Amino acid sequence: MSLLPGRVYRTIRAALHALRRNVMRSALTTLGIVIGVGAVIAMMEIGQGSSRAIRESIARSGADNLMIQPGAASSGGITFGGGSGMSLTPQDAEAILRECGSVRAVAPVVRTRTQVVYGNRNWIPVFIHGTVPAYLDVRGWRDLQEGEAFTDQEVRNASKVCLLGQTLVRELFDDQSPIGQEVRVKNVSFKVIGVLSRKGANMMGMDQDDILLAPWTTIKYRVSNTQYVQSGQNTGSDASSGGTMGRIYPGQTALYPERMASQLADTPMPVRFTNIDQIQVAARTPELVPEAIREIRLLLRDRHRLRADEPDDFSIRDMTEMTRQLKQTSDLMTRLLLIVAMISLVVGGVGIMNIMLVSVTERTREIGLRMAVGARARDILRQFLTEAVVLCMLGGAFGIAVGRGSSWMVRTALNWPTELSVAAIVASVAVSVSVGVIFGFYPAWKASRLDPIEALRYE
Amino acid sequence: MPLIELENLTKTYRIGEIELPVLRGISLSIARGELVALMGASGSGKTTLMNILGCLDRPTSGRYRLDGQEISGLSSDQRAILRNRKIGFVFQNFNLLARTSALDNVLMPLSYAMEDVSEKEARRRARELLERVGLGDRLDHQPSQLSGGQQQRVAIARALINHPPLLFADEPTGNLDSRTSEEILTMFERLNREEGITIILVTHEADVAAHARRTIHIKDGLIENGACDRAAPPPARAEEKTR
Repeated sequence: MSLLPGRVYRTIRAALHALRRNVMRSALTTLGIVIGVGAVIAMMEIGQGSSRAIRESIARSGADNLMIQPGAASSGGITFGGGSGMSLTPQDAEAILRECGSVRAVAPVVRTRTQVVYGNRNWIPVFIHGTVPAYLDVRGWRDLQEGEAFTDQEVRNASKVCLLGQTLVRELFDDQSPIGQEVRVKNVSFKVIGVLSRKGANMMGMDQDDILLAPWTTIKYRVSNTQYVQSGQNTGSDASSGGTMGRIYPGQTALYPERMASQLADTPMPVRFTNIDQIQVAARTPELVPEAIREIRLLLRDRHRLRADEPDDFSIRDMTEMTRQLKQTSDLMTRLLLIVAMISLVVGGVGIMNIMLVSVTERTREIGLRMAVGARARDILRQFLTEAVVLCMLGGAFGIAVGRGSSWMVRTALNWPTELSVAAIVASVAVSVSVGVIFGFYPAWKASRLDPIEALRYE
Repeated sequence: MPLIELENLTKTYRIGEIELPVLRGISLSIARGELVALMGASGSGKTTLMNILGCLDRPTSGRYRLDGQEISGLSSDQRAILRNRKIGFVFQNFNLLARTSALDNVLMPLSYAMEDVSEKEARRRARELLERVGLGDRLDHQPSQLSGGQQQRVAIARALINHPPLLFADEPTGNLDSRTSEEILTMFERLNREEGITIILVTHEADVAAHARRTIHIKDGLIENGACDRAAPPPARAEEKTR
C-alpha cells in the first residue's frame, strides 16, 4: 500500500522540493558527501592505475613466471642435483600451452655455458639460452632495442641466428651495433639479428643482460651436441642415448637405429626424444600462478606416465616471494583508501545529520500541519529519510563527477596512470545511500515523534 | 445519524502531581450539513475540544463517534488516516508551506491519501478547487506573493482536496482584516450551503459566530448552551451529569 507509484513519486518530489526550498544550504550540506565520494573515486582510480602499473612492472620482472626443471638424476646412490634428469621434452612444452588454461606462454629452454667470440674479443655470458620466440613473451621482454627476434621457422630450421643482451653487446662490440655481424659460439657462427632491451639484474642479483638467445634447435644440435664431450659444463643434453629414454618412457622403445658419427655430423636432425633443460612458463596473471602449477603438474604426471605413488620427475618453481609482496602492497593500498574513504564519508554524514536536525526544528510547524492533514508517523519518517537519502545520492552523483574529473585532470596534467573503477562508483553510491539512511534516521525519527498539536503551535 | 456525537467527554491534563480537568463532561451532537460555531473565552477548553473533535487528541474518558465510527479508542496512525479522509483543517495562521506554489500547497494532503490518485487527476482536482475559491489565476504564486485573504483561501482549497465531510476552521479570520474576514466567512457559508460540508468554526468573536446557524458556547470545560440543534431541546444539565 505504501508503494503506490503515485505516492512514491510524490514523496521523492516532495523531498526534492523541500531541498530546493533551501538550495544553498542543501548544497553546502551535501558538500561533505561530494568531497568524500569524489576523493574516494579519484583515489581509487589513481590508486588502481598505479597499482596496475606496479603490477605490470612486477609481472614484467617475472612474478607470473614459472620454471619447470627435470627432476634429479641419480646413479648408484649419487644424485646429480635438481635439473640433471632428462624428463622434459619440447612436446611437454607444447602440451602445456595447449592444455593448461591459466598459461599464457611457454618456452622450452636449452642451456649451455660456453665462450662467445667476436673478432679478437671473447666473453662467457651467464646465459646462453636456446629457445623459441615465445621466450621473449614469457619473460616480458618483447620490445627489442634493435633488430628483430628469430621466428618459429628459424627454430624448425635450426638457423644460426641469435639475439644478444646489452652486456654481451658492450663486451664484444663496444656498444657498436652488432646487427648483421657474426659471433662464434664454439666454432658455430651465429648471425646477430637483434639486441635485447636492458633488463638489469634479477632477484638473485644475476645480470640478465649477459645473455645470448638462439633457436633451441641450433643450440641443441649444433652447439651442445657437437661439443658435448669437450664442454663438460653442460648438464648432459645428449639426445641420442636411447637407453636412458627407454627407461624413462617404457613402452616407447622403438627408437631410430644408431647412426654413424659421420651421419650425425652431416645432418643434425631433431630426434624424437629430445630432452630440454627447462621449460619457462608465464601464467595469465600473477594470481593464476598456483592454478597454473596445479594444471601443469597434473598434465606432466600424465604425460610422463607416473603412477600415483611415484614422485614427480620434474620440479616447478615460481616467484612466491614476489607474488606475496605484490599482494601485500596492493592489499595495504586498498585498505588505506578504504579508511580514508570511511573517515571522509562519516564526516559528511555528520554534516547531513546536523543540517537535518536543524531542518526538523525549523519545519516543526510544517510537520504538525502534515500530521494534521493525515500524515502518519511513518510518513513523516519516510519523508525526512527520503530527503536525507536524496541529498546523499545527489552528493554521491556530484562526487562521482568530481572524482572522475579530478582523476582525468591528474591523468592529463601529471601523466599518472589512472583506471576507471566501476567498483568504486558502485561502492560510492551504496555508501552514500547508507550514509543518508544512517545519519538521516535520527532526525527523521525525531520528526516523526512530534505531537501534532504541539508542533502546530510551535513558534 | 449525526455526523458528530459526543457523550460525556472529558479531558484531564496531568502536570506532575496536579490533575487539570479541561473538559468535564461534554455531550454534543452535530448533524451532517450544519454550520456550527464553537465559542468560548480563552482557557474555556475550546481548543482542547477542537483538538479532540479534529482527532488530533484523545479524550480521557467518554465516547466520540464521528460518522458512526468510534474514535476514542483509535491509535494515532488510525486517527491520521481518519483525519486525511474525513476532516479538513483551516488555521488562524494559514500554515501554508513557504516557497511552495499554491497548487503544490493544495496537493500536499494527497501525498498521504490512501487512494492512489494519478498526478494528472490530482492536479486537475487542485486547479478546480483553487478556481472555486477564486484563485484560478494564481496557481503558481507562492504564499509570500499572496495576501492574507488569498492565503487563507489556498488553505481552504487544501482542506477540501480529499473531499472531507467535515471542515474545521480554527479562528480562520483571526489574522485578517474585517473585509477579508467577511469574504472568507461568506465562502464558508457558500461551501456549507452548496456542497453540504459540515463546518465547525472555532472562534471567540461573536461577529464570526453570527455567520453560523448554531453556536455552541463553552465555559470552564462544559457546554453552556447549543449542545443540540435548535430544533431539538437541549438536554438538561441534570441529565448530562447522570450519564
